[in-house]
Amino acid sequence: MSNYIWLIPAAPLAGFLINGLFGKRFPKPVVSSIACGSVFFSLVAAVLALIELLGLDPEYRSIETLLFSWIPSGAFQVDIAFLLDPLSAVMMLVVSGVGFLIHVYSIGYMAHDKEFSRFFTYLNLFTGSMLILVLANNFLLLYVGWEAVGLCSYLLIGFWYKKQSASDAGKKAFIVNRIGDFGFAIGIFMIFWTFGSLNFSQVFESAASSFQIGSSVITAITLLLFVGATGKSAQIPLYVWLPDAMEGPTPVSALIHAATMVTAGVYMVARCNVLYTLAPTSLLVVALIGAATALFAATMGLAQNDIKRVLAYSTISQLGYMFLACGVAAFTAGIFHLMTHAFFKALLFLGAGSVIHAMSNEQDMRNMGGLRSKIKTTYLTMLVGTLAIAGIPGLSGFFSKDEILWKAFSSEHGGVVFWLIGVVTAGLTAFYMFRLLFLTFFGKPRYDKHKSEHLHESPRNMLFALASLAVLSAIGGWIGIPASMGGGNHFERFMEPVFASSAALASHGENHHSHVTEYLLMTISVLFVLLMIYFAYVAYIRRPQLATSLRERFAGIHKVVYNKYYVDEIYAAVIVRPLIVISMFLWKVIDVAIIDGIANGLAYMVQSFSGSTRVMQTGYLRNYALMFLGGAIVVLAFFMSMR
Amino acid sequence: MDQYVLTIVTALPLIGILIMLPISRKAESVLKGIAFTTSLAAFVLSLYLCINFDSSTDAMQFSVNVPWISSLGANYHVGIDGLSLWLFLLTTFLSWISIWSSWNAIKDRLKGYLISLLLLETGMLGVFMSLDLFLFYVFWEMMLVPMYFLIGIWGGVNRIYATIKFVLFTLVGSLLMLVAIIALFVMHYYATGVYSFDLTVMDDFAISSQAQRWLFAAFALAFVIKVPMFPFHTWLPDAHVQAPTAGSVILAGVLLKMGTYGFLRFCIPLFPDAFMESIPVISVLAIIGIIYGALVAMVQKDVKSLVAFSSVSHLGFVMLGMAAFNMQSMQGSIIQMINHGISTGALFLIVGMLYERRHTRMIADLGGLFTSMPVWTTFFVIVALSSIGLPFTNGFVGEFLILLGTFKVNAAYAIIAATGMILAACYMLWMLQRVVFGEITDEKNRSIRDLNLREKLILVPLVVLIFWIGIYPSTFFRPMERSIDSLLKRVAYTQIATPEIPIAEVDRNDGPMGTYRDQGE
Repeated sequence: MSNYIWLIPAAPLAGFLINGLFGKRFPKPVVSSIACGSVFFSLVAAVLALIELLGLDPEYRSIETLLFSWIPSGAFQVDIAFLLDPLSAVMMLVVSGVGFLIHVYSIGYMAHDKEFSRFFTYLNLFTGSMLILVLANNFLLLYVGWEAVGLCSYLLIGFWYKKQSASDAGKKAFIVNRIGDFGFAIGIFMIFWTFGSLNFSQVFESAASSFQIGSSVITAITLLLFVGATGKSAQIPLYVWLPDAMEGPTPVSALIHAATMVTAGVYMVARCNVLYTLAPTSLLVVALIGAATALFAATMGLAQNDIKRVLAYSTISQLGYMFLACGVAAFTAGIFHLMTHAFFKALLFLGAGSVIHAMSNEQDMRNMGGLRSKIKTTYLTMLVGTLAIAGIPGLSGFFSKDEILWKAFSSEHGGVVFWLIGVVTAGLTAFYMFRLLFLTFFGKPRYDKHKSEHLHESPRNMLFALASLAVLSAIGGWIGIPASMGGGNHFERFMEPVFASSAALASHGENHHSHVTEYLLMTISVLFVLLMIYFAYVAYIRRPQLATSLRERFAGIHKVVYNKYYVDEIYAAVIVRPLIVISMFLWKVIDVAIIDGIANGLAYMVQSFSGSTRVMQTGYLRNYALMFLGGAIVVLAFFMSMR
Repeated sequence: MDQYVLTIVTALPLIGILIMLPISRKAESVLKGIAFTTSLAAFVLSLYLCINFDSSTDAMQFSVNVPWISSLGANYHVGIDGLSLWLFLLTTFLSWISIWSSWNAIKDRLKGYLISLLLLETGMLGVFMSLDLFLFYVFWEMMLVPMYFLIGIWGGVNRIYATIKFVLFTLVGSLLMLVAIIALFVMHYYATGVYSFDLTVMDDFAISSQAQRWLFAAFALAFVIKVPMFPFHTWLPDAHVQAPTAGSVILAGVLLKMGTYGFLRFCIPLFPDAFMESIPVISVLAIIGIIYGALVAMVQKDVKSLVAFSSVSHLGFVMLGMAAFNMQSMQGSIIQMINHGISTGALFLIVGMLYERRHTRMIADLGGLFTSMPVWTTFFVIVALSSIGLPFTNGFVGEFLILLGTFKVNAAYAIIAATGMILAACYMLWMLQRVVFGEITDEKNRSIRDLNLREKLILVPLVVLIFWIGIYPSTFFRPMERSIDSLLKRVAYTQIATPEIPIAEVDRNDGPMGTYRDQGE
């Protein structure tokens, strides 16, 4: 299989081409079978590749396959080539696995949409591009996938293009991502001129062997790459596009804006672990941005009423968590959380989609309530997802989150502050997630009669996806149970070869902590989470008036948080509007008034000069004779005076 | 066969004109058929060039050198190398496409229109193959006349102002170039006693730095206006907006490349010292053009003038790559010339197809066109994305290599220029949003019919090329590599040979020289 790795991204791309060219003429079942079939093919191939990988000795688990030479330009040679190693294996399994489930779910969700085939065309293009991104063996091909998933995000956010808000959101996503990509691209230039190659293995090898820790070049490179990551993975200051991205159909939010695409930044940082380990300053920046985003986005999640927006801010916050892990050099923990998050966040989004579907496209939680008994499967699966993201012991989110919290505390790059931010964020997460659950499924129904008549559970293919993801959210974390809890920590050992050389660079000064500390910290965080769940229960179930009165008492703060700290408005006032004003000035003043003014002025001068000299050409002989005489006199006078 | 191909391809449009002359101008379909057939024949025959092109040499290929006006020493010396091959093919390709695209657009004086287009094609092909300065200048001026008529007769409301502006801007530059050509001829005669306009002879003729500066300035001005670089660009939006679709396609696709090609073929090899000196000026103007063009494009109200200003931005990238002067940036620069011809040509075609139906190009009048014209919109979006340089489309390969090469020479230049990629996304996507997305606000936009078969067939080859160059650019890079290499070496050689440049400077690693040295393969 490893020689045919390219088939994994190629299959969905083939599906994209077929549906894109002929999808309109196909009946819906043909479209959906091509789309789902091609992703299922990738999933099977990915599993086969994983099995082959597991059959190898750990140090040989890195297979590169060349497809063809892409851009050959003198010393610059970049190939279309793929890399299969534990990290890309995990990523491609997550992408094709979650992707497949979401494809299946979409058959039901989009069943009544007129543009069924266009939707699946884009979805396949996305899956193919994302697989290119995670399987690329060099920075430029990674960048190809990186921008291509951004394109798909643009197309899918704006899928319902007639809505102004949807096309606005799509455009915003693309442009904000381009700002990040700008940094990424500069980083790639620097990598090439520093290492003479863009190939991962060559770059990382030569970085590890010929650069010191703290090298300024590496610091610059890693910071630039991280600019790209803040765009794609919605971190401060470029997170603003992700909440708006909820304008897209819900399966898109689940696949692209929760489970896969937005994690590309985390993947990229983990892939470049050697470079980041060589640049402690960059690690600190990553950890700080990650921690700040985790906390900041969690507070914004507290006050949203749109069910998808709560999840969107939650995604931003959880991505911050993953960056916090990478920032304290706990790359494995970051990837582990990336994986479990993909399961439970996809589940939560799909569950939200199922709710929205049942409620005839209602997204405001203030108009829901009491849905528990009406859509039971959706409720149960969402409960699993909520418990998982809140970090209830035993479920997947617990293990990955605990791993991050522990590393944030114990790593040489970590500290108590990072741990504390992590715990507070975990508490806030539990609060807003249970708020969501309570507002949606508990209490009295707050919707009108019309909606209750149409209320229905989703079709079976949607429930299949929900159930599968619920199982994964529950048990998906078991592969990474740490030794301190009696587990084998298979995940960490599997990932070890990828992070071996950076671990070797940082081997000195590992802080040693006893298991007692670990248990103590774990207990604190779990207790805090339980407390916050209890608060949510009090505020939204037992005494609903409490939430209202709190909101009224802190009306000022609530308004600021509800309006997302006015960041969008600030960006518009500081960047967007001045840019338009400057552009108008350049056009109307520099171009039209000055440059054209000079050109037209010259032309006018020539014209008026020739116009006035033309007057002399009267055609009367006597005038010419007079001028001739005058001229002769002047010449004569000149010569006379010279004498 | 080899030595006649270039001449036959270039003469084919003229033959078409000769056949058309006696035919009544009422017989429109016959005239269209002849024009279409000759331009297609020229394109097909020009494919012979790229199939039989020898990528292993930097020498001129398919060349002919026979005396023409022997009393002046002017020869009919033509040939192509890696620098001109793709531009030559781009010309035959776009000429054919643009003749095909004007099937229904021109209702008035069709015969004169087709003759103008064919004459223009001959002029353009002549410029790209000429290796004799006199011959070059003849073809160079020959292009001006049909373009003048194309805008002035078949143009929009404000066509007279636009066409006179176009001609005057161009003439100012080209007359100075004529003076420089004559000066070069005279200097060469005094030095050697031989009458010659031959470029290959001139290349070996050492000119003092002082003289180089003046001659370079005269040549460069002609080319800079043609490119056009800021601040000589203001003729372009007017010409584009007023020109008929085919005129815009040729203007953007090929005529602008005359400027950039002129630098490659004449300015750099003839006056290497002066070129090296002027690199900072060219780079800064190019960067201003990139950002300025993009910003002004953003606030345009007419789609065509938006595309015109985006050309200023794209051509800024081409000039920046040339000024960085290393293998990556030069390959990027040349491929970006082709890319711009394809993508911007396609954009003008697409806008023209809309204009034929809707008789407006104002963004405010449009909106929601995806609903009424899904196929047209799909083409529009693909081409727009290639224009903003999405990976796996042609624009990415060009812009990336240009910026990569520039970064080596001057990181600040590359970083500032790269903001152009963000701005490009801004103006293109904003325009797309207002034109194709949203609800239909004007009922006239609801009943527009989508593309017909002919229009789809016109756009498909362009889209194929967009992805071909984006995914497998080796096809296009291989033939140009040796020629670029020899150009880089030639300048490096004269730089070392010229005593005015201290050797120490040559060894510096951050200059264009150092750049070149690292290219050793």
